[in-house]
Amino acid sequence: MKPASMNLTLHVWRQANAAAPGRMERYDAPNVSEDMSFLEMLDVVNEQLISDGKEPIAFEHDCREGICGSCGFMVNGVAHGPQKGTTICQLHMRHFKDGEELFLEPWRATAFPVLKDLVVDRAAFDRIIAAGGYVSVRTGSAPDGNAISVPKEAADIAMDAAACIGCGACVAACPNAAAALFTGAKISHLGTLPQGQAERSRRALRMVEQLSLEQFGSCTNIGECVAACPKQIPLEMIARMNRDHLKAAWTSRGEHRSGGE
Amino acid sequence: MAATGAALYLFVTVHLLGNLQVFLGPDAINHYAAALKSVPEILWGARLGLLACVGLHILTTVQLARINNKARPTAYAKKANSASTAASRTMYLSGPTIAAFIVYHLLHLTVGSAHPQFSETDVYSNMVFGFRVWWVSAAYIIAMALLCTHLRHGVQSMFQSLGFNHPKHSPRIQKFANAVGILYFAGFASMPLAALTGILPPFFERL
Ligand code: HEM
Ligand code: SF4
Ligand code: FES
Repeated sequence: MKPASMNLTLHVWRQANAAAPGRMERYDAPNVSEDMSFLEMLDVVNEQLISDGKEPIAFEHDCREGICGSCGFMVNGVAHGPQKGTTICQLHMRHFKDGEELFLEPWRATAFPVLKDLVVDRAAFDRIIAAGGYVSVRTGSAPDGNAISVPKEAADIAMDAAACIGCGACVAACPNAAAALFTGAKISHLGTLPQGQAERSRRALRMVEQLSLEQFGSCTNIGECVAACPKQIPLEMIARMNRDHLKAAWTSRGEHRSGGE
Repeated sequence: MAATGAALYLFVTVHLLGNLQVFLGPDAINHYAAALKSVPEILWGARLGLLACVGLHILTTVQLARINNKARPTAYAKKANSASTAASRTMYLSGPTIAAFIVYHLLHLTVGSAHPQFSETDVYSNMVFGFRVWWVSAAYIIAMALLCTHLRHGVQSMFQSLGFNHPKHSPRIQKFANAVGILYFAGFASMPLAALTGILPPFFERL
């Protein structure tokens, strides 16, 4: 059976570079197959733009199977589009109706400046990770497997938190443009594992400090992030971050700034 | 913000329980009010403490709003709300309305300058006659509805900010907080409604 096809109208944010002003532009997307992914639909629109001698729509992508965290933009005001628990690269066109109008916009946050069209600079996330989202281990010879036993509950929570792919949808969906879910996921991931204990309080202090330096907003526990998250990271991760940070802030003796534990 | 909010929540609880004594008749509530005012040090200590809480609560709100306004310079052309409650999205509306209400409320039932026939000692009559003006009662009831939506999100947010979220306990806490919100609204709204409908009669009709 031939897959059904549809005609769509796109309104896409076009911005030549970080310094240029941008605006919404209208495009027709005719004969879209319901079996296409959203990004494949944009590929086809771009083919047409290129053959018309126009600049194609820039968007980020890599794995196209929901694991790398590269892709993501707003579709009608919803990060990664209307389907829950999926990235935009995993979203199929069968979730849309013939004749629909779609508004595509980049993540909007001071901490995520637009580089071009739908592509934003998420280096702020990298700097948050660099501030403390790691465990220090001796490299070289491989450690024995299972030398450190991990309780099942801790492993479960850590795995849930580790599912975060750093896509930035939580920031985009948050009315405050806060990055609490992302940072909470990273802090909870390492903070629940035995290997993460040595640097636990330093990690919380440094990552939260970096969070405010990056000009993300402040979390008001609204919950839009969880609804947008393709990995359905729970709100509990933000509470875990607050718990670790509060505890560290009460007990820290100030070493977290100097680099030593 | 969580700490001052929690203190104010506590005040609202005590205040509701205290005020509900109006249903026990003029003597009960008037004695209660007189007892509250009997030790000036305690009265003014509590007043200043509450004022400090309200002040700090508003100050931290202003700081929060400034950070968050700067965090998203360009608004979305289209933005959908997927999961947030209406209560959580209207905190900046319910909060200032409650603040305005507190000012009016103090002038109405504490200072008395916004009250048609205020008595320093007869709190019962102040309430009954004050609430017989229908639009005064309406303003109180609307303000109380907003207070309860404010607390509905506030309670959940406070636990989250203080680092408490547990898959088993948090849904129960939220249910409890929602029930308490409705109960508080019913409790506070019952007083103006009772005065309007004559369930709370002026003292001379009680004789
Ligand atoms: C229908 C709802 C309410 C009623 C009937 C009510 C009634 C009263 C009355 C009769 C007084 C004066 C007590 C006295 O002079 O001895 C009072 C004082 C006060 N009320 Fe309320 N109240 C209500 C709601 C609220 C709410 C929601 C708040 C704050 C969130 C509030 C804050 C205050 C404050 C701060 C005072 C002053 C306490 C003082 O004397 O320093 N009230 N209220
Ligand atoms: S928490 Fe979810 S929405 Fe946020 S960056 Fe990680 S995967 Fe993306
Ligand atoms: S392209 Fe890798 S998650 Fe979408």
